[in-house]
Amino acid sequence: MADAIFTRGLVKTFGSARALDGLDLAVAAGEVHGLLGPNGAGKTTTIRVLLGLLHADSGEVVLLGGDPWREAVMLHRRLAYVPGEVNLWPKLSGGEVIDLLGRLRGDLDYRRRDELLERFELDPTKKARTYSKGNRQKVALVASLASTAELLILDEPTSGLDPLMESVFQDCIREVTRQGRTVLLSSHILAEVEQLCDRVSIIRSGRTVQTGTLADLRHLARTSIAATTIRPPAGLAALPGVTGLGLDGQRVTFDVETDQLESAVRILVDHGLRSLTSAPPTIEELFLHEYGDFRAKEAALSATDRAPRTTRPEAARPRRE
Amino acid sequence: MSDLSGSWTLVRFIGHRDRVRIVVWIASVVLLVAVTAPSIKGLFPTQGDLDKAAVASAANDAVIVFNGPVQGLATVGGEVTFQVGTSTLVLVALMSLLMVTRCTRAEEESGRTELLRATSLGRHAEIAAALVVVAAMNLVIGGLIAAALIGQRLPVAGSFVFGASSTALGMFFSAVALATAQVTENSHVASGLAGAVLGVGFMLRALGDIGDGRLSWLSPIGWSQKTRPFAGDLWWPLLISFALIVVFLSLALALSSRRDIGAGLVQPRPGPARAPRSLGTPLGLVIRLQRGTVLTWAVAMLVLGAGFGSVANAINGFVGDSQTMKDIIARMGPTTLVDAYLGTALFMMAIIAACYGVASVERLRSEETLLHTEQLLTTPTSRGAWVASHVAVCLVGSVAVCLVGSVVVLLAAGFGAAAPYALVTRDASQVPRIIAAMLTYLPAVWLMVGLSTALFGLLPQAMRAAWAMMAAYFVLGFFGQLLKVPTWVQDLSPFQQTPHLPAGTLTLLPLAIITLVGVGLLSTGLAAFRHRDVG
Repeated sequence: MADAIFTRGLVKTFGSARALDGLDLAVAAGEVHGLLGPNGAGKTTTIRVLLGLLHADSGEVVLLGGDPWREAVMLHRRLAYVPGEVNLWPKLSGGEVIDLLGRLRGDLDYRRRDELLERFELDPTKKARTYSKGNRQKVALVASLASTAELLILDEPTSGLDPLMESVFQDCIREVTRQGRTVLLSSHILAEVEQLCDRVSIIRSGRTVQTGTLADLRHLARTSIAATTIRPPAGLAALPGVTGLGLDGQRVTFDVETDQLESAVRILVDHGLRSLTSAPPTIEELFLHEYGDFRAKEAALSATDRAPRTTRPEAARPRRE
Repeated sequence: MSDLSGSWTLVRFIGHRDRVRIVVWIASVVLLVAVTAPSIKGLFPTQGDLDKAAVASAANDAVIVFNGPVQGLATVGGEVTFQVGTSTLVLVALMSLLMVTRCTRAEEESGRTELLRATSLGRHAEIAAALVVVAAMNLVIGGLIAAALIGQRLPVAGSFVFGASSTALGMFFSAVALATAQVTENSHVASGLAGAVLGVGFMLRALGDIGDGRLSWLSPIGWSQKTRPFAGDLWWPLLISFALIVVFLSLALALSSRRDIGAGLVQPRPGPARAPRSLGTPLGLVIRLQRGTVLTWAVAMLVLGAGFGSVANAINGFVGDSQTMKDIIARMGPTTLVDAYLGTALFMMAIIAACYGVASVERLRSEETLLHTEQLLTTPTSRGAWVASHVAVCLVGSVAVCLVGSVVVLLAAGFGAAAPYALVTRDASQVPRIIAAMLTYLPAVWLMVGLSTALFGLLPQAMRAAWAMMAAYFVLGFFGQLLKVPTWVQDLSPFQQTPHLPAGTLTLLPLAIITLVGVGLLSTGLAAFRHRDVG
């Protein structure tokens, strides 16, 4: 099946700032693809190039088989978009905005619209100026989900929603995928991507650093081990791929890269393994693996000055920027 | 007082952010007075000229409506006050209420106040800061006006009374605007309410001034005029202004203490749950967004046209025997005084119509920066269709605004003389003649629409340049000859190139050229927008 979205070597500069620096992205038709990255990574710029709002300086971009810059109008009949920052016309009511956008797209399903309003608990009679950020986002979500577009492009669509609404949103996306439609979901909320996405592209500084299924990416990352051994497990520190080693009496904690897992466990066994817990890497850890490189190295450098750590590095917590 | 903590920081912030705006307001008001004083001396060089003008003015209600009460007109100071006093007061009032709303409710509406309040900023700090800034502006204006008048060797006492009455009115409307800013959560409605107070005040004093003067005591403008600058110099009427300033300030503070941030006293009404059928195309949306704007400008044109028209028939008597006035009008070409006057009025209204055009096209840019455009252009709406919808509404709106202006001038000219202008001149063909003369300016108006669109496409950050062009065209039109601007520079203005009907003769070539340039600019803007990044 052809890719719904394909970019290669996409470059976009704003003055001296290089927002996209050779970005590659491939979204297969019918999948939910996560676009992960911290603020300023280039997620929104990528989306705006895909929507034909920005003209890429160089590189290749194909959207639904067409050129998003030259064939914008034709392609926009087949997609729906939720912007990251939803700004509505202050004097129009939420219902009016939903109808306007739906009619402009030409595929508004009124029954579906009313059903979505109910599920998202949105009052369509309020003037847009009085909506909170979350409610403005709901307006844009209802407008796009009430369409029959084959591609949904969602830019951090849940950043203003409460957990309850987030789960409504996730249900809606699952329905969309069941209908065979494609979704590009940009986010820095890792749990959401983990819940919804078939494949993920991690981008940083305008480049794609990793693409693959969650399973693929997990393969690249580490496993967290906590164990107790009779004797201190000498040799672990010398093993390549082991990081964050902490010794506290008989208890040892560390992270290990997957291809060194076997050697690490063997060392533990050799030193009298009494208990072992291992945790698969969460997407948070994948994310930190990709992003935290620089920060982790700095942390590691300063850590060598200190005594061996007894606790797991704080940095393993999800970082929400 | 903790309620006021942080006020001084805010004052400095406003002073920095609005430095250009503040200087432009002060300079415009002061220059208006400073330029008028010497020109009055030039227009009426002898006491005899002054006396004649005084008699003509005193007998002309239409003039009194717009210029104010007849007080000491036989003196230069009195004549200066008559010619420019009411305009100065209206300008100062507008300045004060717009600045206050800008610094209070508009900030709150944008959500910025919330950000500031979360810091160690007192509850009344914004009100205090806005008041301090606007009070300082009003004091500077009052002082500079007094200095400018004294500089023209006018009596010192009268000069100070003139300046002080301007300051007092400005302060009054600052207080009113502070109160209206508490009432509604929409900043445009807040300044509109304060503006309505100004409008009612203007009407009351107009009726009072043409009557026995008693009604004028009900108007804030009236109190400032009852000080009789150069004609008795009374200070005590300003006590009424100060008493009411205190009343409105207390009201504003009381309301502000009782309400939530972001909220008004009046809750917004809900809108329809479904969009009306008309709201489903780019054009439908633009009409919905722009209809209020067209209406506002049409009302402004209506008021202006009524003013110009009501004076039209009185113009022969007003000019009287002043040789200088006759000379000025004679320079416009061989014509009747009324035609020459109407020519100037129509020129003025054409400038206003062009200002509407520029403001209307600017909406394209604000829609873009507010990210509304992004949402439209990601539907199957083409960039061309979106810009064309705005421009189409703007062009049709400009025709409507011009028609309103010319028709109202005719009607008001009729009322002013208790018989239609057409009957006064015993010629029914006046009606189409004046309307056609107004419409002759449409190509020039459209050229400005084209220029704004071209800027939007090519240099969106520089769209305000269109306003600078408008200001230049206005100055060239009214002061070009007075300032001895070279002819070739004056010829750069499309408004100068347009035949000045009804006095002049109609030539089609310049109109055709202006139209072509306008179309060229429009298509340039459209084409450029298709090729640039959005956002």
